[in-house]
Amino acid sequence: MELEENKANPIHWIMYLGILVAVISPLIPQFVWPFAKSWFFPDVLPSVWGVRAWEYIGNPNNQVLEAVFNSLIIAVIVTVISILLGVPAGRALGMYRFRGKGLIELLILAPSIIPSLAVTMGIHVIFIRLGLADTMFGVILVHLIPTIPYMTISMSGVFANYDPDFEEQAKSLGASTFKTFFLITLPAVFPGIVTGAMFAFLISWEQYLLTVLIGGGRVLTLPLLLFSFASSRDNTLTSALSIIFLLPAILILFFTSKFLSGKSSGMGGFGNI
Amino acid sequence: MTKRTTVTLLLLPTLLVLFLLFFGGLVMGLMQSLGFMPMIGLNDFNVDAYRSLFGDQEFLSSLGLTMWISVSSTLLTVVFSIITALAFRRTFPGKRLMNFLYQFPITIPHIVITIGTMLLFTQSGLISRVAFQLGIISDQSKFPVLVFDNLGLGIIYVYLWKQIPFVGVIVLSILQSLGNDFEELARSLGASKWQAFRHVLLPTIIPGILPASIICFSFTFGSYEVPFLLGKPYPTVISVLAMRLYQDVDLNARPQAMATAVFMAVFISILVVFYKKLLNKVSGRA
Repeated sequence: MELEENKANPIHWIMYLGILVAVISPLIPQFVWPFAKSWFFPDVLPSVWGVRAWEYIGNPNNQVLEAVFNSLIIAVIVTVISILLGVPAGRALGMYRFRGKGLIELLILAPSIIPSLAVTMGIHVIFIRLGLADTMFGVILVHLIPTIPYMTISMSGVFANYDPDFEEQAKSLGASTFKTFFLITLPAVFPGIVTGAMFAFLISWEQYLLTVLIGGGRVLTLPLLLFSFASSRDNTLTSALSIIFLLPAILILFFTSKFLSGKSSGMGGFGNI
Repeated sequence: MTKRTTVTLLLLPTLLVLFLLFFGGLVMGLMQSLGFMPMIGLNDFNVDAYRSLFGDQEFLSSLGLTMWISVSSTLLTVVFSIITALAFRRTFPGKRLMNFLYQFPITIPHIVITIGTMLLFTQSGLISRVAFQLGIISDQSKFPVLVFDNLGLGIIYVYLWKQIPFVGVIVLSILQSLGNDFEELARSLGASKWQAFRHVLLPTIIPGILPASIICFSFTFGSYEVPFLLGKPYPTVISVLAMRLYQDVDLNARPQAMATAVFMAVFISILVVFYKKLLNKVSGRA
């Protein structure tokens, strides 16, 4: 017996339409508000258009550019550290079987289960004593709490599908450890590293709570600014900042959509939870 | 190098950093929740903070609201991710574009969609305006309260928006690797469409999305930004309550803030163990 034809019927079309509306609709007002000068109920479009938000953002006295710069610096450094630590750790978890592995996996998974709020509140006292509170370095350190486990877990998924025989062959043909790493290992796992790194970047980029707890408002990042505008209900400025905040996510989406559509290597390592 | 040395060297930096930051933070939080804070002259261990926490009506209603939001958004995420992923198995024109749109929310930051939800669903939001123009409502106060409401509907919407694609992509890849053979076999042996889904597809999908659903649940349980921006000040979720206590100018509220945070960590760990057991049982029976 054949399954019924594999074509979408009207019920499916309603579902696709539903997905389309549900995904796009919350973003629509956000792309109109930045160009609104006055837009009151019940107007569906602004009555007066303007570019006040963009003038505000472009003005160097208003800290927006500083916040963007801080966010970028922090996220880049956090990503680099996460790669340097997470790739080796992911290799160990993905390629080797050893005693106590289950326990170590549990330890690395714990930060994705236990709220980072709880951990960061606890560590704040130590950071104050060490002079790390209210500094960018302190903020970078706490951002590592969610990013390193993410990087490790996604790399363990990548290394689990990696065939180490090529390394053995290169070595038996006389390649040094150094050469083997750069010519064999790195090219094989590079796409995995790039995907993992992009998401690690995003995790740091969108971090609000950890930054505000450890940075104490002194380390100004884009989410902090966005949050305070959103709380003050300035829709025009909030939406404009939100679009800037969105840019890296959109760029990353274009890069990674092909990686995500197939087997999601990023989630592979979560299998042991 | 022996295997043991290699593994140790590869893992050491990560474990060291996590141990210091993560477990250090947990232990420090636990000590402070027990009233041990030498910096402000508190040197005795006691359980006063926990006692006052469990006697506090606001804490209990926060816990209730947090559980409602996390449980309902996780359940709805699982249901909708399966339904939408199944719909994506069909072929239709524009499938590539739809596929891209479906995955689109995965990388979008929570704050962005939180702001979008605010601009769309408040009583002066875009939907309310359209409803007024169409004559469905006569005044903006007639528009139903969908954000800053008692049930946290706006908050749940944001979580669903973010999480359905996250879990849906995993369901899609499970369906892809499973292929049609098993389902066709079940149907040829006389199973109905529903029976084939219930007894062939579902038992494969559920264990596959178990880890992702745990991540979703834990995230919604501990998340701060979304409920802060879209929730009522009272009752609020447990993370917002913990932050409010933490930022209190009165340092005596500190142990209580820490007790709330430690409670969250312990509670979610117990829930995850329980949830995993329960779901394993359910999928085993299926």
